[in-house]
Amino acid sequence: MKTYPASEHVRDELVKGYPAKVAKKRLAQIVVNKKDETCEVPEIKANTRTIPGIISQRGCCYAGCKGVVLGPTRDIINLVHGPIGCSFYAWLTRRNQTRPEGPESENYMTYCFSTDIKDENIVFGGEKKLRKAIQEAYDLFHPKAIGVFATCPVGLIGDDIHSVAKEMKEKFGDCNVFAFSCEGYKGVSQSAGHHIANNQLFKHVIGLNDQPPEGKFKVTLLGEYNIGGDAFILEEIFEKCGLTLVATLSGNSTIGQFERAHTADLNCVMCHRSINYIADMIEKKYGVPWFKVNFIGAKATAKSLRKIADYFDDAGLKEKIETYIAGELAAVEKVAADVRTRCEGKTAMLFVGGSRAHHYQELFAEIGMKTLAAGYEFAHRDDYEGRNVLPKIKVDADSRNIEELDVEKDPQKFRLRATPEQMEARGVPHRDYEGMMPEMDNNTLVIDDISEHETEELLRIYKPDIFCAGIKEKYGIQKNGIPCKQLHSYDYGGPYAGFKGAINFYLEIDRMVNASVWKMLNPPWRKKDMPELEADYVKT
Amino acid sequence: MALLRHTKADMPEREALTINPAKTCQPIGAMYAALGIRGCLPHSHGSQGCCSYHRSTLTRHYKEPVMASTSSFTEGSAVFGGQSNLLQAIETIFTTYDPEIIAVHTTCLSETIGDDLVQIIGKAREEGKIPKGKRVIHANTPSYVGSHVTGFSNMVRGMVKCLSEPSDIRLRRINLIPGWVEPADMRELKRILDIMKIDATVFPDTSGILDTPQTGKFEMFPEGGVSVEQLVKTGTNCHTLALGPTASDLGRKELELKCGIPGETIELPIGLAATDAFIETLRKIGMVEIPKTIEEERGRLVDVMSDMHQYFYQKRVALWGDPDQLVSLTGFLCDLDMKPVYIVTDTPDPGFEERIAKVMNGRVSGAKVRQGQCADMFLLHKWIKEEPVDLIIGNTYGKYIARDENVPFVRYGFPILDRIGHSYFPSVGYTGGLRLLEKILDAILDNKDRTSLEESFELVM
Repeated sequence: MKTYPASEHVRDELVKGYPAKVAKKRLAQIVVNKKDETCEVPEIKANTRTIPGIISQRGCCYAGCKGVVLGPTRDIINLVHGPIGCSFYAWLTRRNQTRPEGPESENYMTYCFSTDIKDENIVFGGEKKLRKAIQEAYDLFHPKAIGVFATCPVGLIGDDIHSVAKEMKEKFGDCNVFAFSCEGYKGVSQSAGHHIANNQLFKHVIGLNDQPPEGKFKVTLLGEYNIGGDAFILEEIFEKCGLTLVATLSGNSTIGQFERAHTADLNCVMCHRSINYIADMIEKKYGVPWFKVNFIGAKATAKSLRKIADYFDDAGLKEKIETYIAGELAAVEKVAADVRTRCEGKTAMLFVGGSRAHHYQELFAEIGMKTLAAGYEFAHRDDYEGRNVLPKIKVDADSRNIEELDVEKDPQKFRLRATPEQMEARGVPHRDYEGMMPEMDNNTLVIDDISEHETEELLRIYKPDIFCAGIKEKYGIQKNGIPCKQLHSYDYGGPYAGFKGAINFYLEIDRMVNASVWKMLNPPWRKKDMPELEADYVKT
Repeated sequence: MALLRHTKADMPEREALTINPAKTCQPIGAMYAALGIRGCLPHSHGSQGCCSYHRSTLTRHYKEPVMASTSSFTEGSAVFGGQSNLLQAIETIFTTYDPEIIAVHTTCLSETIGDDLVQIIGKAREEGKIPKGKRVIHANTPSYVGSHVTGFSNMVRGMVKCLSEPSDIRLRRINLIPGWVEPADMRELKRILDIMKIDATVFPDTSGILDTPQTGKFEMFPEGGVSVEQLVKTGTNCHTLALGPTASDLGRKELELKCGIPGETIELPIGLAATDAFIETLRKIGMVEIPKTIEEERGRLVDVMSDMHQYFYQKRVALWGDPDQLVSLTGFLCDLDMKPVYIVTDTPDPGFEERIAKVMNGRVSGAKVRQGQCADMFLLHKWIKEEPVDLIIGNTYGKYIARDENVPFVRYGFPILDRIGHSYFPSVGYTGGLRLLEKILDAILDNKDRTSLEESFELVM
């Protein structure tokens, strides 16, 4: 067993290189995990500004809105209003897979649309060009919907993208046009963009079609973006278990699914951070309860399926789900046992996203690997400490400007599917998310918005066997001789959801931590036990 | 099934809607150029997303660490200006990461609100936030002007503006501005200069920075690149040779204006004729004989051109990318008796069509060439749908066209996100020309092997 310095000491080490004021702020975002019997955990500062100059993992509001939430839907034309870069960088880079119904079905995900505004638009305004671009998109493709996304300068020059969208929607009559004020400077990370995307989808799309698909147990899956085919796996699981998927937000989805998303009897939330707003709003307006699920990890998948079965409280469904789980778990356990022989006792760190750093700890645990430290890139306190801290979270200046929709019961469409009392009687939680920290060991480090500098220090102090992060961090970490698994893009692998996904992940981690290359970094002549050259061979 | 299923031959022209652009925005070019200075941390003065997107794209292209920082604008900074963000950033960066130099570039956000970098950096200096001996340089790179190539060009000019010192001394040493080429190309250019015995300061120079060896130890500031000291001394060199007018002319002109250094701008040395012109220019500037090694390298390239001519002859090619690369590549393809029939770049460059016409020299009838607004990959694909081609050459995004149209594809340009090689093997010079020929032949002949009838499947080609 490796031994490590005390976590409190490491915490001080991490901030040593900063200016004093920076160190003070960072210390509030670096916490040594302590949990008592009631699962109370220490407070962590999150969803606050990144200090300028700090090399952060974070992106912007636009990335969270267009890239994350709206990106995976294939039949909406996502038109980015701004200079070319914003649309270019979000072009096919998030690996949201999609499977159009047929050869003629719409799929715009391989396309990149932009108004490519120029300096004259900055001076004289860009609305005219936007209007024209929307018209051209409509004339060329006749899509069902066009989403317009504002980038930084658009907000500053004051283009009224919402009026333009409304005007064009009315003009077309058969194409829903809606806009997102997701300028990159809003909020402190991608997180603000998630919220804005949630708001606009709720206002302009969800609720347009009250006709649910046929099915006895109707479920909507929220916050699953089909990276590497995860949603395909979940679609298969749901089908085999007899659950009807009304909509997925937004992996492998269509706008038609969004329009009927409120017609399910249960909303299952995968990525709490990016989609909890819609879950709450659908519940308030239409009466569909939600709870948190996690399909990353075999045990977590089984647990989530059982939760769904308990919610519907149907003996047939419960039996079907139990049979399915039993059938899948055998294969999973066989691979896990084999992989454990090579991975047991190894260590991992996870710093990524707003839910993955939590979810993926399950998979590591299943192959005997220990998580030493973890943290999110853009999460809020509730994702760390659990939703019970929500009343205690102070809204600061950066979050205050992100609109909170005032949602009321829809007098016609509201139908409460299950009361909190009924849910309690069935033993299922309601609007729950316990957060990451209660599930982590005591004395592990929890770090919000980790910086490049802190990453390097962690690697130096702990030398973990694997570090999970994103593309920007990957090669710096690997230059230290430590493999880095990307948990945004999955390193172009996956899927990792469900039982089949768990098997994929075990094998992938086995490959990475045991790769031969890590033993070859030093040339033979640099190895310590090399004999000195005999004098005869040395040229003088 | 098709990946780009909505692209059709008969689609009308567009004026406002760009689809599948053949360019990206200025700041990423500024970041790439700044990485070519030893000990430099590029800094993006704007929202976090810009820096994040640029680092991600460069990282995917190089499979290397790409370090850069950001002013992390919030809504407050967007309203009140980004001065305090940049001051804080400069202090944090020098304390925490300790680079030799910070190269700040602007974004559409900081340009729209009108942040004055000269004033802010001056203030940082007054307040003692820039340690003694350290530098902060800058370039204005609004994303709504030009393209990524313009950003590169502006940062190169920024190096001269902020660092080059005028001098009465003239050394027998030249400045070489290589243009936006790969680390391997910069390395190759230095090798050629070395063989020709010409002392030169090559800047920017990303070799040794974006192709670093795996040693088990991460270096935030690798040993490659051009040093700040060499950049300061560019004002004492006797001549400036700039490669690629779109990417490098601005830097050369600035050196002439600021330090009175004469020079010229020629096309990128890609392919035979452009490399001939490069070597000829070097011979004249350096007043040197052409070494035998260089002539032998040329001879090997011409040898392959003649040996494999039958596979190139009359093949129709579509190209997209950046003006400098496209001009020289077009000339090379024409020298191979290929037909580069469709060429687009979204980079606005009024002289582009004329430069293409010059290298084509009437050898390709009916070629469609376009630059600027809506000269994008959607237009190129539409042309291919109208009349097909035998080969496409461009960045990774071409793989969608290649698969849909079942057409051979050579990855060339920026970004290449799905293959390696571009950063390790040069495409400039005669040796680089050989690599291009190998790649083109591989694509064409692999396709021939895959599609030929069994009875005409060839062993020897």
